[in-house]
Amino acid sequence: MLSAIVFLPLAGALLTAVFVRNPRLVRLTAAIFAVVTFGLSLVAFASYDLNKGGLQLEDIYANWIPVEGFPVRYHLGVDGLSLPLVLLTALLGLCSVFVSWGIQTRVKEHYVWLLVLQTAVTGVFTSLDLVMFFLFWEMELIPMYLLIAIWGGGRREYSAMKFLIFTITGSAFMLVGILVVFFSVGTFSLAELAGLKPGVEGLDSSQLLLSARFVFLLFFIAFAIKLPVWPVHTWLPDAHTDAPTAGSVMLAGVLIKMGGYGLIRISLGMFPQVARDLALFLAILAVINILYGALVTLRQTDLKRLIAYSSISHMGYVLLGVSSVGAAGGALSPLGVAGAATQMFTHGTITGLLFTMVGLVYDKTHTRHIPDLGGLASRVPFTASIFVIAGLAALGLPSLSGFVSEVMVFLGTFPVWGVITALGALGIVVTAGYILWMLLRVFFGPAQERFVHLEDASLVERVAPVLLLISIVAVGLYPRFLTDLFTSGAAGLLASRFGGSG
Amino acid sequence: MSPSELFLLSPEISVALLGGVILLLDLAVKRKGYLAAAALVGLLVPAGFSVGLLIRVGSESTGQLTGVFDTLFIDRFAIYFKFLILAATALVIAASVDYRARLGRFQGEYYGLILFSASGMMLLAAGAELITLFVALELATLPLVALAAFLRDARSTESGLKFLVLSAVSSALLLYGMAFTFGVAGSTWLRDIGQVLSGASQETGAPFGSYALMLGIALMVAGFGFKIASVPFQMWVPDVYEGSPTPVTAYLSVASKAAGFAVLLRVFYVALGSADLRVEWGTLFAVLSVLSMSVGNLVAIAQSNIKRMLAYSTVAHAGYLLVGVAAVARAGPSDSLGPSGVLFYLATYTLTNLTAFFVIIAIVNKTGSEVIEDFAGMGRRAPWLALALAISMVSLIGVPPTGGFIGKVYIFSAAVRHDLAWLALAGVINSVVSVYYYMRVVRALYVLPSASQERVPSSLPLRWALGITAIGTVFLGLLPTHLLRFAQEAARILTS
Repeated sequence: MLSAIVFLPLAGALLTAVFVRNPRLVRLTAAIFAVVTFGLSLVAFASYDLNKGGLQLEDIYANWIPVEGFPVRYHLGVDGLSLPLVLLTALLGLCSVFVSWGIQTRVKEHYVWLLVLQTAVTGVFTSLDLVMFFLFWEMELIPMYLLIAIWGGGRREYSAMKFLIFTITGSAFMLVGILVVFFSVGTFSLAELAGLKPGVEGLDSSQLLLSARFVFLLFFIAFAIKLPVWPVHTWLPDAHTDAPTAGSVMLAGVLIKMGGYGLIRISLGMFPQVARDLALFLAILAVINILYGALVTLRQTDLKRLIAYSSISHMGYVLLGVSSVGAAGGALSPLGVAGAATQMFTHGTITGLLFTMVGLVYDKTHTRHIPDLGGLASRVPFTASIFVIAGLAALGLPSLSGFVSEVMVFLGTFPVWGVITALGALGIVVTAGYILWMLLRVFFGPAQERFVHLEDASLVERVAPVLLLISIVAVGLYPRFLTDLFTSGAAGLLASRFGGSG
Repeated sequence: MSPSELFLLSPEISVALLGGVILLLDLAVKRKGYLAAAALVGLLVPAGFSVGLLIRVGSESTGQLTGVFDTLFIDRFAIYFKFLILAATALVIAASVDYRARLGRFQGEYYGLILFSASGMMLLAAGAELITLFVALELATLPLVALAAFLRDARSTESGLKFLVLSAVSSALLLYGMAFTFGVAGSTWLRDIGQVLSGASQETGAPFGSYALMLGIALMVAGFGFKIASVPFQMWVPDVYEGSPTPVTAYLSVASKAAGFAVLLRVFYVALGSADLRVEWGTLFAVLSVLSMSVGNLVAIAQSNIKRMLAYSTVAHAGYLLVGVAAVARAGPSDSLGPSGVLFYLATYTLTNLTAFFVIIAIVNKTGSEVIEDFAGMGRRAPWLALALAISMVSLIGVPPTGGFIGKVYIFSAAVRHDLAWLALAGVINSVVSVYYYMRVVRALYVLPSASQERVPSSLPLRWALGITAIGTVFLGLLPTHLLRFAQEAARILTS
């Protein structure tokens, strides 16, 4: 089942590339594959047995590269931490198919790369072998590069190359880390290394060829670049701003989640002791991320850039939640890590929605420059209302999903890093500031002459926003179906790696 | 020499004979197209002999036969390279069909020279004695010099001349180094040298045990360094690559390099393989490796001609391969991770680089320009060619799902395994640098708009050859098991 979820988009891409010519058919094929994949991941989501917990839905093919001294296995599986992210990827994959419905140039290639991208990201979330994990991690690069470089706007080639070089720098370090771990422990099995299956204890310097902190750092650089963590965040505003809408949705929605996922699965799962020692460092970085991101966002006048910087700020919460593992033995609770994971999911849907809406606004008005906009609410009520809801979700309004994850992160982290968390909470205030100010300037105020003839979103354009909105409201009103999963995953991680009671 | 020993030499003999037959056919046949076909069919004979040898070796308990006055090792290592070189030769011959218009009426000589060179390279991988190795090296190199100058225009002639002079210098250095080694060890047989040196006292305090041996090794490193295009012996590479006919460049970049690494591994492992010597030349190769990677990648960034860019890229890849050689040096006697990494990497590199050059042959035939930016829009004009070139670039960076990825992971893993994590780090940082210039090609193919919409024609043999190399590149990225096993078995011969 997981194999199907991972490889269906790729199959769709190949099919499209070879057989389908007509742009309308291309869109249709992509949509069918995305819908089926989404359906399958819903089924997977529903069939996960929460009472049993742990690793489920495994697909193992032990003899992928059965070479002596280099045993790479094909191993997919999900636990509470990764399953919702698989669902998120399928959801955003589906949305981005509809979001890019209006693309007129090189339609076929666009959808092919979009589908390949989806396979790569889903693969990252489900791989339980380090080499496979790395393979999918790298596989995402080329499609994203091309999506930005061909269909993007602004300085698209510059941004695409910047994205590529930043990411690949990180993964280069990660590759060395993977090899060091392999030759120290003798297995590539992420399931064992990350404590999902018994076999390997959390790694420390005595088991490793090199200092555990150094190896931790090799991985951390990769994840920090991806998340992104200040000061290696600079690729993100450029890439997000210049990417086409679907690219931004995928980039902000799921690609940067790969960093957060890696942080939890690998940095925490494989190096619990180091993570605990460095937790304060992570917490400080997190707060810098939150505050720096939020303050820089205030100054943005480009809608897309504004949301891009807000992503940096919001990803700081993920890092903050992760840093809660620094708690002393008894005080350890899965809430912080689960909050971080939930934050990834909610940020994925909220920012995905925000970028979709920005894309719509830009398509209609041909500008993203905030001072040029204004009074759109009366012209495009649908777009405006969804945009406002998404904004409110982003600033953490209760009953919408953003609130849930932020509360979880703060509650989980406050007992551990009181002052730092309090500082981080200031970020919420700034967030409220920039979001409300942005909404005010774009949608309200006097209606402008030149926007009189604007048309509201068409039916196809409404698909993605409605889907995302449903998930935002659903999580906001009944967060348990998500948080229970994440909590079970986080508790499992803490129990096997941090001696937590779970 | 008994007939059974003739069998040990049969692949080389049949390749050389095939070259002669092609030359004679050239006199008789009017339509030169048949020559390539004859060469391709004829190459099945040495391939068959190689399979025969493989079976024969398999029945041997040591996995190794020596023969022809003990000047040859016939083992899986040698046979691995026989297959590699035969495959590269066949593919290059097939792809040369598109180039024939520029070869004029000398097609017979062209194919003949390629085959002669191939026989030398195959011999090189099997040589067990210094003089045999030297002769094989000359046999491999001299035809290539003629091929480099084959177009007889200004650039090609210059390329041939440069290649000739620098080959001569490097051969002289190599011979001088061999002479010193002979002086110390008193034998030209690799195995005897190995025994003498491992017994020799290391207490003199001089590097490598004695200054004469140090000089010998340094000169041999320089000599081989030219063949594998490692820094600081790389200066012939860009000019020769740019000026030679493109199929010849392709051949140089893969077969010649593979043969160079084969002989380097053989000489250093068998003759100079004692533990304390290994540590010393291992460090030497580690330094050369970092230099090659860094210089190759940094200079490649500045290139605008795609053949020149690939020339510097090949210098960088020599650096990655030397990572494996340096790791060999640290390996224990039963550990074959380093050398098998080199062998596997050479195979993936062969497929990848041939893919790139074949596409260049087809596209430059049409557009006449080797400037990277002039490949603009090929994603639309020639979707399959562009896809193949993109796959090749991605594989050269080392991004999955391509053979380059597995090769790089495997070769760097050898370094990490043998406490050379810093070398692996240098390697990965360098592959980040390389992203920039390889992606420039992908960018040209897919992102830049093209001035023309004309399709790019290519011949059937070239398309077949390209199909094999491109699919092979991806195949090795997904299912590398069998080749990895073969490489491991081949490498084990060296280390046992």
